[in-house]
Amino acid sequence: MVTTDQAQPKPVVMPLDGPVKIAARGVNLWYGAKQALFDVDLDVGANQVTALIGPSGCGKSTFLRCINRMNDTIPTARVVGDIRLDGEDIYSPAVDVVHLRARVGMVFQKPNPFPKSIYDNVAYGPRIHGLAESKSHLDDIVRFSLERAGLWKEVADRLPQPGTGLSGGQQQRLCIARAIAVSPEVILMDEPCSALDPIATARIEELIDDLRDNFTIAIVTHSMQQAARVSQRTAFFHLGILVEAGPTEQIFTSPLDQRTQDYVTGRFG
Amino acid sequence: MTDIAEKPDVAPPLASAARRAQVARRLKKRYAAEARFRFLGLLAVSVAIAFLVLLVGTQLIQGVPAFLASKLEISVTLDPAKIDPDGTGDPKVIGDANYRDLLLSALQTRFPEAQDRRQRRDLLGLVSTNATYDLRDMVLAEPALIGQTVTISVYTDDVVDLYRKGKIEVGDPDAKLSDFQVQALAQLEADGALYTTFNSALFVNSASREPESAGLLGAVVGSLLTLVVTLGIAFPLGVAAAVYLEEFAPKNRWTDLIEVNINNLAAVPSIVFGLLGLALFLNLFGMPRSAPLVGGLVLSLQALPIIIIAGRAAIKAVPPSIREAALGMGASRIQTVSHHILPLSMPGMLTGAILGMAHALGETAPLLMIGMVAFVADVPAGFTSPATVLPVQIYLWADFPERAFVDRTSAAILTLLVFLLLMNATAIYLRKKFERKW
Amino acid sequence: MVDVPHTVKAFDDELAALQTKILRMGGIAEANVAAAVQSVIRRDRQLADRTIVADQRIDAFDGEIADLVTRMLALRQPMAQDLRMIVGALRLANDLERIGDYAKNIAKRSIAIGVSAPQQPMHAIPRMGDMVLTMIKDVLDALANRDPERARSVWARDPALDELYNSVFRELLTYMMEDPRTITACAHMLFIAKNLERIGDHATNMAETIHFAIVGARIDGERPKADVTAEMSAPGKDA
Repeated sequence: MVTTDQAQPKPVVMPLDGPVKIAARGVNLWYGAKQALFDVDLDVGANQVTALIGPSGCGKSTFLRCINRMNDTIPTARVVGDIRLDGEDIYSPAVDVVHLRARVGMVFQKPNPFPKSIYDNVAYGPRIHGLAESKSHLDDIVRFSLERAGLWKEVADRLPQPGTGLSGGQQQRLCIARAIAVSPEVILMDEPCSALDPIATARIEELIDDLRDNFTIAIVTHSMQQAARVSQRTAFFHLGILVEAGPTEQIFTSPLDQRTQDYVTGRFG
Repeated sequence: MTDIAEKPDVAPPLASAARRAQVARRLKKRYAAEARFRFLGLLAVSVAIAFLVLLVGTQLIQGVPAFLASKLEISVTLDPAKIDPDGTGDPKVIGDANYRDLLLSALQTRFPEAQDRRQRRDLLGLVSTNATYDLRDMVLAEPALIGQTVTISVYTDDVVDLYRKGKIEVGDPDAKLSDFQVQALAQLEADGALYTTFNSALFVNSASREPESAGLLGAVVGSLLTLVVTLGIAFPLGVAAAVYLEEFAPKNRWTDLIEVNINNLAAVPSIVFGLLGLALFLNLFGMPRSAPLVGGLVLSLQALPIIIIAGRAAIKAVPPSIREAALGMGASRIQTVSHHILPLSMPGMLTGAILGMAHALGETAPLLMIGMVAFVADVPAGFTSPATVLPVQIYLWADFPERAFVDRTSAAILTLLVFLLLMNATAIYLRKKFERKW
Repeated sequence: MVDVPHTVKAFDDELAALQTKILRMGGIAEANVAAAVQSVIRRDRQLADRTIVADQRIDAFDGEIADLVTRMLALRQPMAQDLRMIVGALRLANDLERIGDYAKNIAKRSIAIGVSAPQQPMHAIPRMGDMVLTMIKDVLDALANRDPERARSVWARDPALDELYNSVFRELLTYMMEDPRTITACAHMLFIAKNLERIGDHATNMAETIHFAIVGARIDGERPKADVTAEMSAPGKDA
């Protein structure tokens, strides 16, 4: 077992070539007395997909949830460190968490559309943030978001029907449409395909690749093949420590750290 | 790193014929245990159903006759000389007239052989004491009838009713029927003037000392008024408390303490709430006695913990994914609650509230403490007028000495059961209707 | 293998089986090269015939390895060092198959030379043969022992082989110019030398593949090249 006081090998972090969107420095997180993240330094590049991989309980989801401060909803969670979105410290008291979450959208593991109509699901964000000036503007936002999520053709004639009536893959694309309806800068995805069949997964992966042009995406995944397929950069977490981060092809062909090597080749985890 | 590849120290037992036989024997035992358990469960359910059938069955056997009543049809000559000799048309004069005499002369016309006082009294004893008031009310409502001969139907006396239903025999100490009355009844029966009909008095009249005209209307209205107050107070308070405790309150020792106390409160004997109501609402605040308002307040105290517990359970049942989705979209906590949590937990909350209401509907003890046990002959006019409620009415009737009230008590119990059934059915309907697939 | 075992044990077994196949194929190829060189030196026709037949076993191994690699790629979705090793195995099998082909070709030419008179440069061919054989042996050892340094040493030896080939080339050119009757035999000899040089190139390829599979990085530096015969013209013309 790895303990805190034991000297850890330095994480192998290949520098990012390109603009940085999110810069995390020295991020530590505790759930009560249990520390879940240890000094994580990681940059997420703008307009690229960064995959976070690692065995269960390695802190990858926890780190993802630090980026839009979803950990705030857990009373025992305590975050120390510095996470900057375009250079702005998101944990500073000046940052409003509601506004932050409009800038950093999130898609969850299980498709979780609201038990409302398809239209209302997508319109929810623009409504609460007051983004639409008129009914027709809201219609446009809904249509654009659904088109962007590749769902428009399938649901155009049944917008008033409940979003929960869609198939799993459609529901997840609806959740993506809902997230992009507020025009976020970053989309966080927490194992978005783990509840989907391979075809639906492939469609989401295609969509993720497509969304990269407009959004910065960070995705947690248990599937190394998925990380390899969709991401440009991969970060490997183990026991709350960032072990290695670098270009995806390097992580999956010639990782530099032995732990990464063992994980991606299926020797533990 | 995990040592998954490590070999276990003990080798797994090898499959052999002996081992398979052993497993088969154990399997048989396991099936036998399962069958036994199923049988016990079935037995328990059967016993419960048997008791329910017994309860409802006895009440049905006793109560159903009370839904029927004997009526007597007689022609009454509304002699103007007796009602309004001066032809004033003054309601006061008309109201003060001797209708008992009118009724008696109508009966005497039918039975001219009754001459002495005792026989005349026996004749009058055949019909309900309240028949004279019914006649008066009829004339007051329509003074044009004066001078005419009208055929009216009046309820018979409760003893006559019981006699006709075969519940008492002549010679029974309760059966104060003289031979003359028995003869007269036989004649009337032969004429077809005496007949059995639906006992509408049970539902359109309020409480009365006379069994044949005693009804539940006052109690039903009283119950409804009380429940309206209970619901109006307990539901919003209960929902607000549940939402606060589940969504906003920090989880610490204080909230734990509150939770324990709420659970305890749900188990406090209801009479304690009655005493509290007596001390607080009546003595301290000086609210009116026997009023549905106070009854509702007391019952809402009692229903509150039930609604809070049900509400918290309903909120807990809302999947966390919905909460996360709303928060992830940038909804504030209050938006998350009002847009998603409340609508999704509402069916559960409503179900809890209705069950709490059903509980309150059947409650007697606390209401006794605040004076709702008083005999109230009128339908309550409002929240502050004296009223009684169904279970209290049952309690009162069960205490009355007249034999006919035994039937009516059962009839009232059946009515209460129907109300409870309706409320529970509503709860199930709401739950089904709003049930969502997440 | 010295590594931590895989969670899926069957994967380890398959990787081990793959390596065994490569090593056995390499052993046969090595033996064939040795036999082919011997058949040239000793003018042993029977040995040459056996060598030609033995090449079929190498081809069979090549097919088996290709199947196994395809299967593992489909079923195990290998990553990192496993991926490098499995893809490398395919390339190693390819190189070994080519080495086998060259050995067969050498054996065939030994039969053709058999009727001709003994030739002068016979001392150079055995030397080339020895060099090539140690290269093959070392490269297979590097694989068996997961030794990137040994692979690197094989890679570094290629220029020396090329030099030797250059000198054989010059020598044979001289013979042919001196005595045109030897041209047929010399031409065969030239091809034999060329084949040995090519075998050396394949061994060098294998060294690179093995180094990459083990370390995950290519051998640093430009690949040494000393075969300059392409730029050569007949000696004496412009000398």
